[in-house]
Amino acid sequence: MKVAVCVKEVPDPAAPRKIDASTLRLDRSGEGALNPWDLPAVEAALRLVEEHGGEVVCVSVAPERAAATQRKALAMGADRAVLVADEAIAGSDLVATSRVLAEALRREGADLVLFGQQGADSDGAVLWAAVADRLRLPLMSQAAGLEVSGGTARVKRQTEHGYEVIEAPLPCVVAVSDAINEPRYPSLKGIMGAKKKPQETLSLADLGLDAGGVGEAGSGTAVYALGPPPPRGDSLVVEDDGQAAERILEFLVERKLA
Amino acid sequence: MNLDLPEQHELLRRTVRELAGERIAPVAEELDREHRFPYEIVSALAELGLMGVPIPEEYGGAGADTLAYAIAIEELTRIDSSVGVTVAAHTSLGTMPIYLFGSEEQRHRWLPDLASGRRLAAFGLTEPEAGSDAGATRTAATLENGEWVIDGAKMFITNAGTEITALVTITARTGPDEISNLVVENGTPGYEISPPLSKLGWRASDTRALTFSGCRVPEGNLLGPRGNGLRQFLEILDGGRISIAAMGLGLAQGAYEQAMAYARERHQFGRPIASFQAIRFKLADMATEIEAGRQLVYRAAWLKDRGRSFALAAAMAKLYTGELSRRVVNEAVQIHGGYGYMDETPISRFYRDQKILEIGEGTNEIQRLVIARHLGLP
Ligand SMILES: Cc1cc2nc3c(=O)[nH]c(=O)nc-3n(C[C@H](O)[C@H](O)[C@H](O)COP(=O)(O)OP(=O)(O)OC[C@H]3O[C@@H](n4cnc5c(N)ncnc54)[C@H](O)[C@@H]3O)c2cc1C
Ligand SMILES: Cc1cc2nc3c(=O)[nH]c(=O)nc-3n(C[C@H](O)[C@H](O)[C@H](O)COP(=O)(O)OP(=O)(O)OC[C@H]3O[C@@H](n4cnc5c(N)ncnc54)[C@H](O)[C@@H]3O)c2cc1C
Repeated sequence: MKVAVCVKEVPDPAAPRKIDASTLRLDRSGEGALNPWDLPAVEAALRLVEEHGGEVVCVSVAPERAAATQRKALAMGADRAVLVADEAIAGSDLVATSRVLAEALRREGADLVLFGQQGADSDGAVLWAAVADRLRLPLMSQAAGLEVSGGTARVKRQTEHGYEVIEAPLPCVVAVSDAINEPRYPSLKGIMGAKKKPQETLSLADLGLDAGGVGEAGSGTAVYALGPPPPRGDSLVVEDDGQAAERILEFLVERKLA
Repeated sequence: MNLDLPEQHELLRRTVRELAGERIAPVAEELDREHRFPYEIVSALAELGLMGVPIPEEYGGAGADTLAYAIAIEELTRIDSSVGVTVAAHTSLGTMPIYLFGSEEQRHRWLPDLASGRRLAAFGLTEPEAGSDAGATRTAATLENGEWVIDGAKMFITNAGTEITALVTITARTGPDEISNLVVENGTPGYEISPPLSKLGWRASDTRALTFSGCRVPEGNLLGPRGNGLRQFLEILDGGRISIAAMGLGLAQGAYEQAMAYARERHQFGRPIASFQAIRFKLADMATEIEAGRQLVYRAAWLKDRGRSFALAAAMAKLYTGELSRRVVNEAVQIHGGYGYMDETPISRFYRDQKILEIGEGTNEIQRLVIARHLGLP
């Protein structure tokens, strides 16, 4: 079984986020990290391949330096990585990004495509839907459980009201939630061996894509302004004068939350 | 000249940092308070190959270099010294003698369990009457009918008495002017291990006094040629110093980060205390000296990895980071004020854990002695 995992490079989540005032884009010049939401997807892929055999390939759309970030997934145990890096992609919105990612995935022809829930930087939580739509593949999201047998993927889908158990034939797209597993730490051997694993970098031309469909040119959305969220009007600040815990408890009990 | 760490070493640092933050930090205070050996943590580290970092893969280790090893120890100690020393003593003192001086047969017998972290090993050099003067070993071993019969005592031996300890390598007098290294497996009749010693710091680490009375081990438990014990333990200590230096660095880094965070959030006179020059200068000094210490430690590791002589660099790194960690943790407690003196504030544990770094594996005075000797002083 071939499992493709879409992994994103995000700015180091521990560092404060900065917006570049001239482009209104997130400043990505600092250290990059593998999107924490994607680690459960990598883990799920590794477990499936450990169970069924096959290979795990990581796919990213990002600047070239993200090859180093992808090596974390390789260190965890993924077999190889594909990176689509092209200057023309800079400034792509979600829809444009989905165009590139879908094309890279089409080229792989995996049995199963896994996504994380969302990017820790832009938090769209929807790219998987756009990609599945382009590939005309069934999509199951919020997967807190995932099993594959006999050409079918079965997902335990987390909802506000409980779990749904749903199935789709392979190939399909699954976006996992972080409740699905506890991602492994890369082992020392994995870390030392990651650089020896195959990594491919593709341009738009390699995918037969036209620069007009990506970047700012290919994005239907434009960002005009960014600002901090307005303060919440009805918030209550509890100063700790020794009785704070009791007051918070009263507040919760009043609203039947505790 | 290239001062960038290799990318895989950066990834290793991040990985150990994540693991230490997620798995060790939440339990460190409790392990310390209850003087409880961190079995679960050792097994988590073993799974990742961190209990045998510099031991080749064919013997069950991870086959990485000394730099990787130093970084792992640094990051563990940044969170918890007891865990740091458990790994450092197991690797540099417990496992290394067998890897460096053991025969192929001995390596294959003992290393796979040790380098994989399934079992632990200890090194027994210090005796009640032989500390800095380790050559004054009194423990004696005599060969009788194909067995070594050992009598004597060892003091302050790390990792000797855990439930998963496999063995201790001891130095013993095997002739009038002759010291040799012998492996004694736990459970050997005549080998007695004291209850855990109670200490100022490193409270979750296992420290024991050992006694040998008519303890018999097979003749084949001798490591390397008979009479090579002195040269062998000096070589072991040279390497071990890099790991203790990495602990000094990690402890200083951890203490500095806590002081930094506290100074930003603690307000007095209507301002964060980090805005007072007296506090800012302390933090600036810490950051500067830690950076200097880091270069010494990594350079010692780098020299060793290139097969160059590293003993002087290792002694300098050990001496410098030992004293560095004292200055930093002392000021870090100062920055915490009274809260820094409380058990529930991690910095107080760091303060207690620090002192041994100026004593173990050669006191500051002994490091200066070693350095002076390398300088060619009469
Ligand atoms: C309205 C709008 C306008 C935007 N405009 C710009 C802009 O002008 N300039 C700009 O730089 N950015 C822009 N972005 C951000 C950029 O489009 C997104 O970062 C990108 O499309 C992924 O979005 P996300 O992280 O929110 O995806 P999500 O839907 O949150 O991601 C879900 C999952 O998709 C996968 N994934 C996400 N991104 C990638 C990737 N790059 N490679 C591989 N897998 C991935 C991961 O598995 C992730 O867990 C814009 C976003 C929006 C919503
Ligand atoms: C928690 C802990 C764990 C340990 N783990 C181990 C272990 O796993 N294996 C092991 O073998 N040992 C271990 N030790 C022992 C440790 O290495 C010794 O304590 C150390 O080498 C010092 O020896 P000593 O305690 O006998 O002090 P002494 O040698 O008695 O020193 C006392 C003082 O005299 C000074 N001094 C001694 N000689 C000189 C000199 N020539 N010139 C100037 N000053 C001098 C010393 O620097 C020191 O200040 C451990 C110790 C502790 C506390």
